[in-house]
Amino acid sequence: MSAETVTAAAAEPPAFGAAGPAARHYEILPKTPPAGDAGSGLLEVSMGPHHPSTHGVFRMDVVLDGERVVKLKPVFGYLHRNHEKIAEGTTYLSSMPYTDRLDYFCSLTNNWAYALAVEKLAGLEVPERAEFIRVITAELTRLQNHVCLIGFLLQDMGALGTPLMYAFREREKILDLFESLTGARMMCNYMRFGGCRVDLPEGWLEAAKTVVEEYPRFLDEFERFLGGNEILLARTQGVGALPKELAVNAGVTGPMLRASGVNYDIRKVDLYGIYDRFDFKVPLGERGDVFDRYMIRVLEMRESLKILSRALADIPSGPIIDPKAKLRGFRPKPGEAYGRIEAPKGELGFYLISDGSPNPYRYRVRPPSFINLTILEDMCLNHLVADVVIILGSVDIVLGEVDR
Amino acid sequence: MLGEGILKGMAETARNFVGSYVSKDRLVTVQYPEERLPLKEATRQFPFLVYDGDDWQKGLRCVACQICEKECPPKCIYIEKSKDKKPDYIGKPQLYPATFDIDLSVCMSCQICVEVCPFDAIKMDTEYELSTDDRFGGLLSHKEQLAKSNGHYHQIHPTEAAEVDGHLAAEKTRLEAKAKAAGEAKARAKASPAALGPIR
Repeated sequence: MSAETVTAAAAEPPAFGAAGPAARHYEILPKTPPAGDAGSGLLEVSMGPHHPSTHGVFRMDVVLDGERVVKLKPVFGYLHRNHEKIAEGTTYLSSMPYTDRLDYFCSLTNNWAYALAVEKLAGLEVPERAEFIRVITAELTRLQNHVCLIGFLLQDMGALGTPLMYAFREREKILDLFESLTGARMMCNYMRFGGCRVDLPEGWLEAAKTVVEEYPRFLDEFERFLGGNEILLARTQGVGALPKELAVNAGVTGPMLRASGVNYDIRKVDLYGIYDRFDFKVPLGERGDVFDRYMIRVLEMRESLKILSRALADIPSGPIIDPKAKLRGFRPKPGEAYGRIEAPKGELGFYLISDGSPNPYRYRVRPPSFINLTILEDMCLNHLVADVVIILGSVDIVLGEVDR
Repeated sequence: MLGEGILKGMAETARNFVGSYVSKDRLVTVQYPEERLPLKEATRQFPFLVYDGDDWQKGLRCVACQICEKECPPKCIYIEKSKDKKPDYIGKPQLYPATFDIDLSVCMSCQICVEVCPFDAIKMDTEYELSTDDRFGGLLSHKEQLAKSNGHYHQIHPTEAAEVDGHLAAEKTRLEAKAKAAGEAKARAKASPAALGPIR
């Protein structure tokens, strides 16, 4: 196809959903192939919602010129479960298990963000031991999220199964810790307003220490195989670069923003919980391409291990929940609160308005992967279809959180 | 060298494959259902109703207060109160559930019902093979299926059950002492020499 046809077709993108899907379809697709260049033309492909690389039920309307992406629209909502409205109809406590199901990889950080918002609303104090438990579980969550992400990213690149299974082997050790602490591997439902649900069982700290001590060996092994792998380098370097300004303007947070070189980590900025007591660095990328995003996660895991070994050594004994916290008949006074944490995928925030009744008047989630996904088109333009899969993988989305 | 990465990767795979025959640590998978991992003590799957003693109808701790029904996030519990009363573990007459149904297909194993129960009547079971071929009635558990003995609770969650028994016993002694004191005060007020037994 000639360059003029591309610009002509892509010059005026129709308003999305304005004239209905059928009308849009005809506007994008030229009815007849352009004269003199028979057989070529823009091709509209619907990638997903059941494509294995979309990490769930997510669809991309991709307009292709040959193999190059001219236009891309993310379409989501297939996994919409009405989370926010359900939370407005149930008590504060009853929403806690639903937060597990937002980003189902990181249920403990979701619990923490929600608990943080309610604690601000109700003015509850968290005991020191509970703060340590929260930091430990959140950093373990970060470890298992990042290691899985790298496994999935490699699977998107064609390394079918093997790296993912190695990642899952390590993740399973962390999930075993979660199960012995909270009773469930993934749907933990562990944090409570003003603390945690149960205290650490006997021998848990030792088991966690073993996992944390053995983890760097696995990371070294992982990096030895992947760091210099020519396929990985060829597929990721210079692909899907996200400029600093664009990332900030789009509201991107988390490892994606830091890969673009913006020093913004809510653990450092907000100092929620007891993160001011730990000494850790915030790894930053330079170019913001897929390789940087991959590397940032590896480096973040190493920093998490530093926090973990410190927290596991320093954890004090004491109560795990604020005695003022009520389980039944919990009614915070009228007001509003926004609690945010650095979830493995970015800034996870819960905004709550209370009118003094047992259920929130307004409940809003700021999901990191949803907002990180809005910038997908800018990263994918002029890349090959095969790269779209990798770029999407490097965004690290979980559709439970995107669609809520 | 071109292809070095692939060779390194294949060597690692081969090392783990051969190693899995020699060292148990390298063999991370379990051949379910022939082999099973031991359950963690905190494991939770599906709620059950605890009863004391041998007769599940007499010993059911549930007093049909319906707190769990209200707090259950997906609203999978259905309770109907009884018309008459039966004595609870202290001997005080209490209502009991005429109907207590939990819908397995709706329950999300979150344990909120266990936490909010003031009577330690509902606990989490660790049984996980709950699938059935009867999709209409089979997924709805009635109180006959839900009632399980305190001994079963001790078997699956020993630490937790011991704690619960401890504080139930303490509560019983406290109430008995209170009733006794009240009875003695009453007796003194009447100036009657006959001591009343503990009011139950």
